[in-house]
Amino acid sequence: MNEQSLLIAKGLSKSFGGVKAVSNAQIEVKSNSITGLIGPNGAGKTTLFNLLSSFIQPDRGEVIFQGNRIDNLRPYQIARAGCVRTFQVAKVLSRLSVLDNMLLAVQNQIGENFTQVWFKSNKIKQQERENIKLARAILEDIGLGAKVNDYAGVLSGGQRKLLEMGRALMTKPKLILLDEPAAGVNPTLINQICTHINNWNRQGISFLIIEHNMDVIMSICDHVWVMAEGTNLANGKPSEIQNNKNVLDAYLGN
Amino acid sequence: MVEYIVFLTINVGLYSIFALGLNLQWGICGLINFGLVAFMLLGSYATVLLSVNGVPIILAVTIGAFLAGLLGLLIGFSTLKLREDYLSIVTIGVAETLRLLVQNQQKLTRGTFGVQSFPLPFASWEPNFFFKLVLIAVLTFLAIWTTSQIVQNMQKRFRNKPSSSSKQLLFFGLVAILSIMLTLLIYVNGIFAISNYDYKAGLMVLELIVLFVIYWGLEFLINSPWGRVLKAIREDEEVSKALGKNVFFYKLQAFLLGGAIAGIAGSFFAWQLTTIYPSNFDSLLTFNAWIIVVLGGAGSSAGTVLGAIIFWLYDSLTRFLPMSGFLNESQVAALRIMLIGLILICLMMLRPQGILGKKDELTLNK
Repeated sequence: MNEQSLLIAKGLSKSFGGVKAVSNAQIEVKSNSITGLIGPNGAGKTTLFNLLSSFIQPDRGEVIFQGNRIDNLRPYQIARAGCVRTFQVAKVLSRLSVLDNMLLAVQNQIGENFTQVWFKSNKIKQQERENIKLARAILEDIGLGAKVNDYAGVLSGGQRKLLEMGRALMTKPKLILLDEPAAGVNPTLINQICTHINNWNRQGISFLIIEHNMDVIMSICDHVWVMAEGTNLANGKPSEIQNNKNVLDAYLGN
Repeated sequence: MVEYIVFLTINVGLYSIFALGLNLQWGICGLINFGLVAFMLLGSYATVLLSVNGVPIILAVTIGAFLAGLLGLLIGFSTLKLREDYLSIVTIGVAETLRLLVQNQQKLTRGTFGVQSFPLPFASWEPNFFFKLVLIAVLTFLAIWTTSQIVQNMQKRFRNKPSSSSKQLLFFGLVAILSIMLTLLIYVNGIFAISNYDYKAGLMVLELIVLFVIYWGLEFLINSPWGRVLKAIREDEEVSKALGKNVFFYKLQAFLLGGAIAGIAGSFFAWQLTTIYPSNFDSLLTFNAWIIVVLGGAGSSAGTVLGAIIFWLYDSLTRFLPMSGFLNESQVAALRIMLIGLILICLMMLRPQGILGKKDELTLNK
């Protein structure tokens, strides 16, 4: 593991009762990379995501983000540190507007502090104005510009995926963990999502992506990790993975 | 008649304050609190017992609200990490425990004998002509402010929904006109009450001022980024966590603030009754607050106040229900409560979002 690593997890294990969901798994995301995480259903990918983002506490193992251990932090602290996640089934705040969904994601808002909200109204208004500008630009970029004032609950599945990504961007993260960004999304929109991910990556944001759509993985990822039955099966460049016999066996059965 | 309407106004005001506390906790933040009356009890008894022992009333109320907030903090610390259904069970338990505690702490609270003849605000105050004018001026300001709020609220509805049916517009128009008429009634009646000043008139003005301040403060908070976090928590805790919000801390704040507000309502409850017994604080009060919030539209402060008005209109109109040969007094009393249930069922079928709730919000899927 070299010093360019943004996120490293070593020896992660988690059992639920007798079921070993993840055992002794490791993963590494290099700075400015798009890293893929694939594996058959039930391989423990989403559990690994939950462990990385502290939504579940690991039984064993450690997670290091930007040189600091984060496995003992709470989920919100990890998000503040610059590692933000999305969900397999896109979660939007239905009864808030699309714009409010975006604004919520901004970190360090003075107006979110109960004692300061009363006294710093000018500063808060200025912050809100800047955040609204940024949010509108991102929404325009991901094609939700016309939906700014709609309830997030009226969005379609694909639009929710986009909103979730836009929301993750609003936190100004270093690393975004995407859980199946292309699931249930039409092919045209998938291409758009890939283009956006590439663009954001060029702006210095790294990605770790769980995805079943191999085209997506093969076209945008720099490095791919394969999991099966809760542990690592292989890792390497997409072209290497494509021809790895173990991986093909795990996916197709032998 | 004047006195009766003043009495009703005070009830509407204190139930509004009480239910606004619940609206913050449940309507905005999604926390199910079935023990709201515990906060009111603490606010009531703290105010009364302190002022009996010579503490100035204003300080006693502040301490009461503070203690109620502290109770919220205590319940919050122990239960807010649990799932919401557990929270609701614990809050019921706390409310009943606290009531029984007060009932049995003879030395401190005089138990079932209750507390009587405690100091009341403005009890012996006899305002001269000038101060009466001041009171009327305050009342006038509040009436104008309320009317302008109603008008603004309606304008917003008419503007935002050009597509909405004429039936809906008619409904909101009717609600607005009725609200303005009620405001006017309370205002005119208030002027009569002040000119013939007695203790209750002063209490009414004081309470309306407090209601105004709490309403205004809550509206400010709900529409601030702070309120946005609370609403986000109501919608989905996981998302809020994933976006860097300290969910537990915000829930704690909502619980504390809502509790303190219910505590303030408790002080007015005591002053309105002028004698309090532990049995005044049974769970029915909590569920009255729930009826009010659901009736008015969860999440809407204006709806909550409107809900309180409708609740007391209903209560006072059915109080004089004719006693025919079939029904005796206690049967009529039971019938009134049954009718409330029936009205709620009908409302839930016709307007599940409450009177001022937003219908679109109900049709959204998670």
